[in-house]
Amino acid sequence: MIASILNADFIASVIRIAVPLTLAGLGGVFSEKSGVINIGLEGMMLTGAFAAVAATNFTGNPWLGVVFAIIIGISLGLIHAIVTVSFRANQIVSGVAINLFAGGITVFLSWLWFQESQIMVRRSLPIWGVDVPKAGEALPLIRSMIVVFAHHSPLVYLTLIIVLISHVIIFKTPFGLRLRAVGEYPHAADTLGVNVINMRYLAVIISGALAGLAGSFLSIEQAHFFVRDMSGGRGFIALAAMIFGKWTPFGTVGAALIFGIGEALAIRLQGIFTIPVQFINMVPYLLAIFVLVGAIGRSNAPAADGVPYEKETI
Amino acid sequence: MNNKKHGNATQLSYYILEKITPIIAILGALFLGSIVILLMGEDPINVYRMMFGFAIGNRDGWGNVLFRATPLIFTGLTVAFAFRCGLFNIGGEGQVYVGAFFAAYIGFSLTNLPAIILLPLTIIAAAIGGAFWASIPGILRAKTGVHEVIVTIMMNWIAASFTFYLALVYKAQPTEEMKAAGVQQMIPHTEEIAEAARLPRVATILSSLNISFPSHNPLNMSFFIAIAAAFVVYYILWKTSLGYEIRAVGHNPMASEYAGINIAKNIIIAMMISGALAGLVATNEVMGYSFRWRQELFTNMGFNGIAVALLGKNHPLGVVLAAILFGILSYGGALVNIFTAGKIPRELIIVIQAVIVILVVVADEIVKRFIIKRKIQL
Repeated sequence: MIASILNADFIASVIRIAVPLTLAGLGGVFSEKSGVINIGLEGMMLTGAFAAVAATNFTGNPWLGVVFAIIIGISLGLIHAIVTVSFRANQIVSGVAINLFAGGITVFLSWLWFQESQIMVRRSLPIWGVDVPKAGEALPLIRSMIVVFAHHSPLVYLTLIIVLISHVIIFKTPFGLRLRAVGEYPHAADTLGVNVINMRYLAVIISGALAGLAGSFLSIEQAHFFVRDMSGGRGFIALAAMIFGKWTPFGTVGAALIFGIGEALAIRLQGIFTIPVQFINMVPYLLAIFVLVGAIGRSNAPAADGVPYEKETI
Repeated sequence: MNNKKHGNATQLSYYILEKITPIIAILGALFLGSIVILLMGEDPINVYRMMFGFAIGNRDGWGNVLFRATPLIFTGLTVAFAFRCGLFNIGGEGQVYVGAFFAAYIGFSLTNLPAIILLPLTIIAAAIGGAFWASIPGILRAKTGVHEVIVTIMMNWIAASFTFYLALVYKAQPTEEMKAAGVQQMIPHTEEIAEAARLPRVATILSSLNISFPSHNPLNMSFFIAIAAAFVVYYILWKTSLGYEIRAVGHNPMASEYAGINIAKNIIIAMMISGALAGLVATNEVMGYSFRWRQELFTNMGFNGIAVALLGKNHPLGVVLAAILFGILSYGGALVNIFTAGKIPRELIIVIQAVIVILVVVADEIVKRFIIKRKIQL
């Protein structure tokens, strides 16, 4: 029975569930490392999911869908930056407003452009890697390796690369050092000549781009359609993953994989035990709460996280 | 002497400036909305005239506007009350689901009680359901320090699944017509609540007073419960020691702790009162309108409450006014959607609401900075 659950296909589905959480979670890492809380990840993801489907269906090219999702994410990130960094408005309020806006604008444009609330995507990205051999054509081990490592959407590999690059940028480059300084002690960073405002703008825009990319994976790669509120709280689960991962890229991936295991396991257990589907649907959200409680006491948020920066004037 | 007079005048103008930021935000959002309408090839003035004309041009429109404003008063107070304690309760959505289910359950199970007992019991059940659901993030925040924003959002999704499951368990029996036609319930809903648990419609009361009011109008007594709730919130926050403590914790938790205020206790109580207010949405939707629990009745009410609270500056009077404005937009927007044959989707209103929220926080900051600058110069 265990073998029928914990096989290669299971691991592959864990990875697929973890990808959007990882991308949005990394967005959270960049933003919060610079000192800006981004509750709007959820809305940026949702708008990205819509933009990806809309652009793919208009142009016929799913790659352009991905690009547009990123552009839309950047635009919403820019709005969040203007409101919270320049105007120093409450960061949670701004994020909530972005989520409200996303919920409205995506359905509004769905009706306006497609006259329906669920839009099928015309084309998805090609699968990259090796074709999965049919049963008996290859050794089971080799087949498993292919399923787990070499038969995915291009965005899965891209996510892996982004994780590595994010780690290097944040912890191994001068840019990363400045980013962290701005989020820990902006006054000191400012004194040393780091432009706090610019750094925060950049960080929030990067976070928007990553959330938009996460959204494009959800719609054109995972679901193959767009439907209202399809992000389903994943932006917030990604924030939980970021917190559990101690605001680091590798930690965030690890936490996202835990969510992937939880969700994939719940779906498979449903086939064995008769659990009402409503309880299966609760699993990711319950897991997020448990993870947050578990992260307490060992988490280390950036010291200036959520605090607007005001230059001291004489 | 002269100088002091001048000071009072500027003081007053600052005060007025601070109070009118929501109006600036509303006008700004309507302006942006008109650009969107123009881009769609429609005449914005015509659309807005239709929208407001339908909504507040006659008694039926006003009744519908107040009916739609009622749940928003409750959820707006939900957010405002928690905010006064420094908490972001964005879990109104889930608290509404659970509170409404509690109310419906009492309403359809205790069917042989007289109205004098069943009505208050159902209202209390609604409040308890909401308070219970809000107490979980409250306790987690108070005892472990987990931020309530993510937890309340997660609790929304859990509530949606949980109440959906309960609605399947307590699903209404198919009616004779449905049996004959062999159709199933598409969206599960519970049995209807007892007659004794229903709130009377305003139309019924007005017609007994010989005042003409369309009998199909959904406005019911829940609106007056909402207004009463606004007064109660004002009274608790500004006239009781509990309210004083809650506001102190919201204003400066460290100082409150030094002053001997129990922060954890106040956080939990504030969340529970906040959740109870959300649960009371059931008085309008379940007890006054559809008489049963059905999920889509409550969609987005919790979230719209956030916008209402922000626009109303987290004050009960502001919340009531903002809820009525959103009632106008919502009812007017729905009718414009119908009368333009769907050319203008009703979601335009959600977009305008979100823009109002962004503009109101930005306008607040600009005004605050302007005043500080002027004061330094003086």
